[in-house]
Amino acid sequence: MKKTPQKAVEKLAEQSYQYGFVTDIAEDTIKAGLSEEVIKFLSQKKNEPKFMLDWRLKAYKKWLKMTPPTWAHIKYDPIDYQKIVYYSAPKVDKNRPKDISEVDSKLLETYKKLGIPLHEHARLAGVAVDAIFDSVSVATTFKEKLTEAGVIFCPFSEAVQKHPELIEKYLGSVVPPEDNFFAALNSAVFSDGSFIYIPKGVHCPMELSTYFRINAAQVGQFERTLIIADEKSYVSYLEGCSAPMRDKNQLHAAVVELIAHKEAQIKYSTVQNWYPGDKNGKGGIYNFVTKRGVCQGKKSKISWTQIETGSAITWKYPSVILEGDDSVGEFYSVALTTNYQQADTGTKMIHLGKNTKSTIISKGISAKQASNIYRGLVKIGSKAKNARNHSQCDSLLLGNKCAAHTFPVISVKNKTAKVEHEASTSKISDEQLFYCKQRGLNEEDSIAMIVNGFCRTVFQELPLEFAVEAHKLIRVNLENNA
Amino acid sequence: MKSSAMLKIENLKVKVVDKEVLHGIHLQINPGEVHAIMGPNGSGKSTLANVIVGREDCQVQNGNIKFCGKNLLELSVEERALEGIFLGLQNPVEIPGVNNMYFLRAAVNSKRKKNGLDEVDVMDFVEIVKEKMALLGLNESFLQRAVNDGFSGGEKKRNEILQMLLLEPKFIILDEIDSGLDVDALQEVSRGVNSLRSPKRSMLLVTHYQRLLNYITPDFVHILANGKIVKSGGRELALQVEKEGYSWLNTKTIGDEVW
Repeated sequence: MKKTPQKAVEKLAEQSYQYGFVTDIAEDTIKAGLSEEVIKFLSQKKNEPKFMLDWRLKAYKKWLKMTPPTWAHIKYDPIDYQKIVYYSAPKVDKNRPKDISEVDSKLLETYKKLGIPLHEHARLAGVAVDAIFDSVSVATTFKEKLTEAGVIFCPFSEAVQKHPELIEKYLGSVVPPEDNFFAALNSAVFSDGSFIYIPKGVHCPMELSTYFRINAAQVGQFERTLIIADEKSYVSYLEGCSAPMRDKNQLHAAVVELIAHKEAQIKYSTVQNWYPGDKNGKGGIYNFVTKRGVCQGKKSKISWTQIETGSAITWKYPSVILEGDDSVGEFYSVALTTNYQQADTGTKMIHLGKNTKSTIISKGISAKQASNIYRGLVKIGSKAKNARNHSQCDSLLLGNKCAAHTFPVISVKNKTAKVEHEASTSKISDEQLFYCKQRGLNEEDSIAMIVNGFCRTVFQELPLEFAVEAHKLIRVNLENNA
Repeated sequence: MKSSAMLKIENLKVKVVDKEVLHGIHLQINPGEVHAIMGPNGSGKSTLANVIVGREDCQVQNGNIKFCGKNLLELSVEERALEGIFLGLQNPVEIPGVNNMYFLRAAVNSKRKKNGLDEVDVMDFVEIVKEKMALLGLNESFLQRAVNDGFSGGEKKRNEILQMLLLEPKFIILDEIDSGLDVDALQEVSRGVNSLRSPKRSMLLVTHYQRLLNYITPDFVHILANGKIVKSGGRELALQVEKEGYSWLNTKTIGDEVW
């Protein structure tokens, strides 16, 4: 009596990861393995000043003494760090193409396929893009317009050359190299990333965006992003990512540091769609990322929004240190896991200043055999008078083999603080599905609609174009579950 | 006459959670007709409505249901809906975060797709919806709320009718659409329903009380008791129920309310 849409679903499932293609391009790749020599080679390749090399080597030495964290609710075989390639870049005659016309047409084609056109005439309206391919940035769009406004938006490697004083001052100031195992590794071998500086009083005229693409096999991507918003400035930054489908796991260990000065605002949005592995849990990206921002100045604000649909493993806790009085931290998250994906993600809100406020909204969706963990820390320091936090963690389960866990930790050292935590776990009810179907919607559309509804409060925080993208992504990622 | 039936149910036996609830229903509804099913609580009224639309927990043991000549039992819930069967629910479920307007448009587009039409133009659709809402005494803020989320009982019922007006189904089943409505709301809801009455469209009204039938006049009334249609007649049968209750049917055992 019930017609199963199995065939249709299988067909959709096959196309569910659309970005799994490989770009056939000559790459300058070093041998796998990590040593001081590799770091020196890397640093030399990038023509880095001495302070940078010293910083890397110091981090490397610390890393050697560290062990990977084991507290997360994830399972994976130990990673052999000597089997990873720490540098791979598309071959170019010059060091770096000066403008788009010099960029290899295969690269342009790659980004076009990913929906990120880099050509002037086809660019995303109102969004400046830095395109990172394996270890290097291949193009940055809208440079002139940003320069006019005084905004610095360039590959990290370029910033090291042109603005060493800013790098020296801020690099590692929010996430010190010894912060954790993966941050230390990143500090030693990071290859490229984006650098942003918004001067005093400037409202950045467009959205800034980086698109990270892993292409070469065995390569680890270790990017470093540093965003500084000077007094009374504003910036909205978007980050997207994807990788080819391969049956071996690949490591991605990034570090992102944000600094918001007095009355500055940073809005950081991520749509993470790294290859999640196949339906049997083979392959996929290991995403071990440290993201942290500091609201240094009074009345500053940092807002993280993340849509995590990809990766075999996601280990990520975008956090805010609320140092300045009256500063605000926000974390909005949707994490969707399916098949054998594992996500252990959440945030830390560290309240140090007076009247600091934070909001956490986390939506976890798990399907099939996937595991989805929210891990959060809300810490109110002894001097944080009248600090406020509101946390809401909702989990949605699709099917009966998946799991959702929440590990919220609250630590309060000031009596005037107010901390609220709400949590819920639910399933899509038969009633809801029946209702949608009775109105003529098929099963996949119904589930996608209900899940998107569940995520709505988070999607609302995304810039419009990304919100549309997020809707589609949730749908595509769910289609093999209907 | 037989060949022109819109809905034809023959000797239908239905189990819900291992218990037979309908014990052999025969019912024929022709185009343009409005039928009312009345009966005490637990008589199987809602099960009858649910089995027609294909709810999965209604297990058909015997008999068949034909809709415009097609065997309904072979179709899924959404296929039946797309054939033009609509069920207005007594207590529709809430779908948090899904904008009501979005839901309405998705439903209408799904139907258009089935009929080989393009998706409805957003601006045109807004105009159509506003017009229908005025008929039901609803204001525009209604569209921006999540589907049934935080709606009052009356609002939920009106939302069902709004969906019905937009989908323009061939065959409409309304399950206790009058329950919990005050007189004003009942009038608005009935106005909406009556506006769809046409020689090509049929309706099945499931109700406990005959009050609804003062506003939507049926052509036929059937009394369902203990899973069987025990009496059929015209409008006057409903009035008799109002006067005498269901006791004259001499139903000794009244089962549990299933829905």
